[in-house]
Amino acid sequence: MTITQLSVFLENKAGTLIEMLETLKQASIQLIAITIAETAEYGICRIICSESDKAYNVLREANVAVTRSKVFALEVENKPGGAAKAISTISKEGIGISYLYSFIVREKCLLIFRTDDAERAADVIRKAKLPTIDDDKLVEFA
Amino acid sequence: MIWNENKECMSREDMRALQGKRLHKIVTYVYHNVPFYRKKLQERDIRPDDIQSIDDIVRLPFTTKQDLRDNYPFGLQAAPQSEIVRIHASSGTTGNPTIVGYTRKDIGVWSECMSRCLTAYGVSRNDTFSVAYGYGLFTGGLGAHYGVENIGAAVLPASIGNTEKHLHLIRDLGVSGIACTPSYALYLAETMKRMGITKEQIRLRVGAFGAEPWTEEMRREIEDKLGLKAYNLYGLSEIMGPCVSYECPRQQGSHINEDHFFPEIVDPETLEPVDAGTVGELVFTTLTKEGMPILRYRTRDLCSILPGTCSCGRTSLRMGHIMGRTDDMLIIRGINVFPSQVESVVLSMKEFAPRYLLVVDRIGNLDTLQVQVELRQEYFDENFDTIATFQELEKRLADRLKSVLSLTAKVNLKSPGTLARSLGKDSHVIDHRKQY
Repeated sequence: MTITQLSVFLENKAGTLIEMLETLKQASIQLIAITIAETAEYGICRIICSESDKAYNVLREANVAVTRSKVFALEVENKPGGAAKAISTISKEGIGISYLYSFIVREKCLLIFRTDDAERAADVIRKAKLPTIDDDKLVEFA
Repeated sequence: MIWNENKECMSREDMRALQGKRLHKIVTYVYHNVPFYRKKLQERDIRPDDIQSIDDIVRLPFTTKQDLRDNYPFGLQAAPQSEIVRIHASSGTTGNPTIVGYTRKDIGVWSECMSRCLTAYGVSRNDTFSVAYGYGLFTGGLGAHYGVENIGAAVLPASIGNTEKHLHLIRDLGVSGIACTPSYALYLAETMKRMGITKEQIRLRVGAFGAEPWTEEMRREIEDKLGLKAYNLYGLSEIMGPCVSYECPRQQGSHINEDHFFPEIVDPETLEPVDAGTVGELVFTTLTKEGMPILRYRTRDLCSILPGTCSCGRTSLRMGHIMGRTDDMLIIRGINVFPSQVESVVLSMKEFAPRYLLVVDRIGNLDTLQVQVELRQEYFDENFDTIATFQELEKRLADRLKSVLSLTAKVNLKSPGTLARSLGKDSHVIDHRKQY
């Protein structure tokens, strides 16, 4: 139901992103998805990748401020209304979405998100039998 | 243990009498040997015989850092060159360096005073003690070195730099004591961690830290990371070097070696003595120095003299923590701000490394203060994946700064390891207003 996401604190200035990406490249980490949420001074770069444990350790050793967290990964239909259908199931229970992004891998459309109540969200997803994936399956796709 | 009970535990009455006698002697000495002081005393119509008790000290002129620079290199030296056995020089980043010459007797007094400090920390002849102040023109290295030798401990003259080798030696030789700057102690701890040496593998028991202001929070951090008890060691090269004051195991202020260095606290604006216990500028008069005696030297350090007597048995006056420097003091929107205040807030929050930078600017007609802090990712939990979490952290720091400084500061989060660090004295302030 959830996959591992790495969140990296980056100062919002030229060169910080590429420095972090080079570190991952040198460790032969394959990126699956990457997105940045930014403020004027800094950003959080969220990463889904192969071998997340190794990537996490490599970044920590490079003295990068990185956090590992579990985020929901829903598989949705790649057609109009696909995302709305999935998210409405969660929203109508009064659960908020903190952030969300999506990507397509092997023709599967994935929604990645964090909620303000992970426990209840997991219940809702389970009861509604929404299709999800976890770390193992993600690596298979990639 | 007390190194010199005779002096360190002298009755207040006897101490005042000794100080008065020595003050008369030193004023007579400079009057006859230093034209700078003779002129200043004559301007005030003071003859050496007018100075008979320590209370007369308030009649004497002050000496400033600028006086030392103006009289570069030997203008304030009282002893003939043939009597000088050592010369130290300050870094001189802001003008001529300050030159201080020491006679053989001065070096002896220095070693004696340093021995009192080390003994108060619990260091004895059975210890191996590493001196990790810079050796050279700076007084820290050699000053501490002579004291360690004087008490009969084995000195490891490590100096600064070559940190990994130093840590190997600390571990392999069972080094039990160390003297260095507090920022270097934290750098040692970081390097130790990187090298995979744990505090259980080393036997450091005592640390003597000085040469830059530090806080209680920094003390706890050093103690925690190096597994030692951290003591304050205060001194300044113009007066002697490290040894001017020291903490005893009670750690309630630093005992001043006041039979050699007479302390006063004055208001930095009016130069009048402040009420007992009030913070002001610390002023020292050397009572026994031969090479370069100095009258009422304005240290620019801000602190208070603590009231009461210490329960350790020493009767000497104690100075409180250095709150800052008169020249560190920033006036931002009319409010006095000391970097040490910011430091205590930063160090009280585990999410931040013990490093910070104050950036002061003037935008329009308004002074602005930005506080840059370095994140410490080992304390991140999984919530550090949202902007909101970082904003909440910024806000928590800003709120605490506001309550301590009475001033709104803009917090600026920086990645780990990005704030400049130096091996010696850390610089914590950039003031762009000076360009205007």
